[in-house]
Amino acid sequence: MTQFTQQTTFYTEDHEWVTVHGDLATVGITRYAAEQLGDVVFVETPEVGKTFKKGDEMAVVESVKAASDVYAPLSGEIIDTNSALADSPETVNEHPEGEGWFCVIKFSDGAETRNLMDKDAYFEFCKGQ
Amino acid sequence: MSMNSQGRPTSPSAPSAPPAIETVSGSRGLQQREDLIFETGSTTKTGVDLPTPKGGMDRLGGVTRKKSVGLPGLSEPEAVRHYVRLSQQNYAIDLGLFPLGSCTMKHNPRLNEKVARMPGFADIHPLQPQSTVQGALELIDQLATWLKTLTGMPAVAMSPKAGAHGEFCGMMAIRGALMARGEIETRTRVLVPASAHGTNPATAVQCGFTVDEIKADARGRVDMEDLKSKLVDSSDIAGIMLTNPNTCGLFETDIREIADLIHEAGGYFYCDGANFNAIVGRVRPGDLGVDAMHINLHKTFSTPHGGGGPGAGPTVLSEALADFAPVPFVVEEDGVYHLVEQRSGEGSDAFGRLCAFHGQMGMFTRALTYMLSHGADGLKQAAEDAVLNANYLQSRLKKVMTPAFDGYCMHEALFSDAFTAEGIETLDIAKAMIDEGYHPMTMYFPLVVHGAMLIEPTETESKAELDRFCESLLSIAEKAKAGDESLKGAPYLAPKRRLDETQAARKPELRWSEPDKIAAE
Ligand SMILES: Cc1ncc(COP(=O)(O)O)c(C=O)c1O
Repeated sequence: MTQFTQQTTFYTEDHEWVTVHGDLATVGITRYAAEQLGDVVFVETPEVGKTFKKGDEMAVVESVKAASDVYAPLSGEIIDTNSALADSPETVNEHPEGEGWFCVIKFSDGAETRNLMDKDAYFEFCKGQ
Repeated sequence: MSMNSQGRPTSPSAPSAPPAIETVSGSRGLQQREDLIFETGSTTKTGVDLPTPKGGMDRLGGVTRKKSVGLPGLSEPEAVRHYVRLSQQNYAIDLGLFPLGSCTMKHNPRLNEKVARMPGFADIHPLQPQSTVQGALELIDQLATWLKTLTGMPAVAMSPKAGAHGEFCGMMAIRGALMARGEIETRTRVLVPASAHGTNPATAVQCGFTVDEIKADARGRVDMEDLKSKLVDSSDIAGIMLTNPNTCGLFETDIREIADLIHEAGGYFYCDGANFNAIVGRVRPGDLGVDAMHINLHKTFSTPHGGGGPGAGPTVLSEALADFAPVPFVVEEDGVYHLVEQRSGEGSDAFGRLCAFHGQMGMFTRALTYMLSHGADGLKQAAEDAVLNANYLQSRLKKVMTPAFDGYCMHEALFSDAFTAEGIETLDIAKAMIDEGYHPMTMYFPLVVHGAMLIEPTETESKAELDRFCESLLSIAEKAKAGDESLKGAPYLAPKRRLDETQAARKPELRWSEPDKIAAE
């Protein structure tokens, strides 16, 4: 099983970021996504204890423009969620890649990170959007 | 100066630039100031003068209300003025071009209103003996015949009260059919294109299905490769929900192949008929392989959006689904019309009824009036004119704005925000349209186009009106392209300036409280 002894951040084509460390992954949406969405007004984070397969709809983020699904970037079990987002969804706009995190997944297969992007690749990907 | 015989000046002599006037009343000319109804009326006031009932007996078993519910009392003129004043702060199809894409805000002919108000249609009750409402039942039957003929489908459920309700009806019929096949446990996946209206996935989920999203291709249509890849393992496919013409205003050119693929996979084809107004008289959905489709009477058949009660979204059904339609429905036997309230046969326990009665009579009357006054050829021409008008707009507006996709459109023109300067958004353009006296277009929908602006002029508008609209919108678009910051403050001339949508969504205040109570809190 792939172990991440060093904290590493990956990105998905659905504009999520995933910071992995050990067998835990913290997930949120990227700054690019937050800017595209506009003012976030509601976040539905997944329940602790739920399990998802990679690519499953895991959370919902709603802005004044649209509601979007957030997909599980890795398979695994939710062990923590950012409950502060319920009362202050604006954190997603203010600190999308920090305090605005959505949840922590205890992932089951580290090899799934293989088709995620690193920072440079994601940057290039956004340019093409 | 010209004078009349009393010496009163008859031509204006004041300087043409008006001073900034603050009025004492808060009204501004013909624009009356209006407070909330709770502030106009008061709980201690009443507008009616009735003697207190005497000798009444409490038959409510002790649950009689003891306190006032706190509704404001107003006199009739106060109540009438309140709503008329509010209506004057609003926009309406009777005021001007209403370009909301996908909504089809066409003119509501007055003949429809006249017929709908005839006492034989307007003043009847759904529980009246059927022998006393034969004309109304015949009207429902005639409308059903028109809908079946125009769509080339064998059956129609008349009771759904809106497009979304019609979707629900169609998907419940699909559920019923899957249940009869013994496959409801296994066939749970419904394919929905990324450009779909939000009601489509919502309906699928409401009916117990899971949604699988299909990508749009570079032409704004269903990506056939993506669709096929989703059908490789098709044992769990319940069906597809596809809009045609789709919400990008484009005809799904592969629709026949899509229908065949879905049917081969063992699924059903739900077509969202919200855009039927673009093809009525030219294309019969039944010929395209559709199994169920709702028809928003308030879009294609000119009934008002929300006038006189709920709307109507009759749902046509194919042979495969006809047995699973809800009750009641009208049948004719020897010139006598009956409402069938109970079904027999395969679909007898499908899903019963959708609502208490048979549907929305007021809308049926209006829709049939529209059909009869236009005739089949007139309906076809209305569709053609709607498409012509949209293409006229598209070709004029694309001189500045960016069409989302190449080529001709159907009944609505879709633009992206690619032409705007950094910092200027679709929302700013929409707000500036209010200052020009137009209702904004549909914005940020469909989601497959960045900063989408979806414009549907309908066949209602003359070329002169389309030109006036284009010139207004082009002037705004030029400003957006040049990065004119003044757009960020629009609207400047509306009764209310730009609202804080973010705070309204994050901290909604949905209840009114008396100001002194708020102060005391
Ligand atoms: C494409 C599409 N589908 C479905 C609906 C839902 O119809 P209704 O508003 O009548 O419920 C609409 C209308 O808003 C629509 O534009």
